[in-house]
Amino acid sequence: MMDVDHDTLVALSKSWGLFYLIAFSAAVVIYALWPSNRKRFTHAKMSILDNDDKPLE
Amino acid sequence: MVSQLTISERQYALATLLLLGLGGLAMAAMGRGDPIAVHGYIVLIFAIGLSFVVMAGYYAPEPDKTRLSRYYDDPTKVGIVLSIAWAVVGMFVGVWVAALLAWPDLTFDQAWSSFGRLRPVHTSGVIFGFGGNALIATSFHVLQRTTRARMPGQFAPWFVLLGYNLFCVVAASGYLIGVTQSKEYAEPEWYADIWLVVVWVSYFLIYLRTLARRKEPHIYVANWYYMAFILVVAVLHIVNNLAVPIAWNAAKSYSLFSGVQDAMTQWWYGHNAVAFFLTAGFLGMMYYYLPKRAGRPIFSYRLSIISFWGITFLYMWAGSHHLHYTALPQWVQTLGMTFSIVLLVPSWASAGNALATLNGAWHKVRDDATLRFMMVAAVFYGLSTFEGSFMAIRPVNALSHYTDWTVGHVHAGALGWVAMITFGSFYALVPWMWKRETMYSPKLIEVHFWLALAGTIVYVFAMWNSGIIQGLMWRTYNESGSLTYSFIDSLVAMHPYYIARAFGGLLFLLGALVAAYNVWMTIRQSRMDAIDAGEDADIPLFARDAVQAGE
Repeated sequence: MMDVDHDTLVALSKSWGLFYLIAFSAAVVIYALWPSNRKRFTHAKMSILDNDDKPLE
Repeated sequence: MVSQLTISERQYALATLLLLGLGGLAMAAMGRGDPIAVHGYIVLIFAIGLSFVVMAGYYAPEPDKTRLSRYYDDPTKVGIVLSIAWAVVGMFVGVWVAALLAWPDLTFDQAWSSFGRLRPVHTSGVIFGFGGNALIATSFHVLQRTTRARMPGQFAPWFVLLGYNLFCVVAASGYLIGVTQSKEYAEPEWYADIWLVVVWVSYFLIYLRTLARRKEPHIYVANWYYMAFILVVAVLHIVNNLAVPIAWNAAKSYSLFSGVQDAMTQWWYGHNAVAFFLTAGFLGMMYYYLPKRAGRPIFSYRLSIISFWGITFLYMWAGSHHLHYTALPQWVQTLGMTFSIVLLVPSWASAGNALATLNGAWHKVRDDATLRFMMVAAVFYGLSTFEGSFMAIRPVNALSHYTDWTVGHVHAGALGWVAMITFGSFYALVPWMWKRETMYSPKLIEVHFWLALAGTIVYVFAMWNSGIIQGLMWRTYNESGSLTYSFIDSLVAMHPYYIARAFGGLLFLLGALVAAYNVWMTIRQSRMDAIDAGEDADIPLFARDAVQAGE
């Protein structure tokens, strides 16, 4: 019983485990580099430097 | 502080404290001779003490509506003060346990002051007391500023901050009377763990509710790190602390896991505590306060996103590198080692991103010790993540494991990275919170900086030397194939390094005391100014110079 569990785990981590992490990292890189996201990211990184210390209404 | 709460929030507070007090009373009454009774009394005193505070301000007039056009910063202010108080306590006990290794008589023959009981007071005091309070305080500040929204209520932030500190007090006092689960960084027993789950879920809800009210469309990257910290720490804490108490009125419990599964669960927890408590949360701090202080946007926002997901998904698998050459299956060890090495990529991406942000602002780093704290933190973050990946390699681990090298590595991260980024952020945040131009004394920030840096370097070099010598002595064989050195030989060789380490820690503690004084004086100045301003408003001009009766 234990052997089956162990082998299944190894098989899973060597196949699915490998591919889902590669797919996931590809998705993250695509999201980060997607051209139309540039405006949003630039706005986000500049907006924290705004010194207006009040919530927006 | 209480006057800022609405009447219904004051009632919530009293009702919660009543329930808490009853809980404490039940623990004290049913625990009888068990250590859980001591904790019952502590909870009861905590609840009664806070009720007095709430009741003293209960009949104050309701706060006016204009408060809603400001951020809610009272919990952040109290969190900063608590964090620094814990820093002083935790680091003092750290110097004490360091001294115990060089001069074992410093227990003064008391059970509570033995090394095994004091050490978790040090680790929990600095990680959870100092670090945790700093994370809660700064996260409330960053969350509101980056979403441009006020936190939804005023009760929940207090519940989280004070509830969390109750957990810390129960934890630390428990160690001294021998209450422990014997799991590193997860020593508190089941009832403290359940309490922390309640507090932690409230913390996450504050985050979600404030984000739902956000006025900025995009969620700034610092919040992602803070949220990963809150969410993953909840998962880790719940799983690793699954245990069955021997009775409802006893402190002792037994873990649901045993053998190598227990070890794996513990180090999955332990390493992710480093990842999500001591890294993700503090990266959140860095991604906000460093650009803010430098007056420059983060070098690459895209890189910060990629490193965020890298850190989040890779760290999950790295824990097994704590169990090289054990009963853990070889492939699980290899898995942990591999992920630890790949982790260097997102770690250095963050460290490099921080340093590249400073390009063009190096003159500020030179002149401003606050920004220099953050810069050095980023450097130590880079150094200790490199060292961590290196030590996770199995053959390197064969030399380093169980030696002082590990202790040196942890402190390069804890002193050089976590404490430095926290102090830097506090020195930026304290004047903002208490409406001052600068800290009370910029000179003292400079003094603190050099004490902290010197202390860290002395500490880390002492432990590197000590650890490598120790590791080599343990694996040196003579011609007949037996060990050349006895364990006691290696202990004698460690002695000078233990003295050096205690000295390095002492320098760091002195720095923390300087910070405490500087923050205290900044708050005092701010209060004096408020009083002066109040006098200007209330007293007629002609009366100001009038001699008071009796003078």
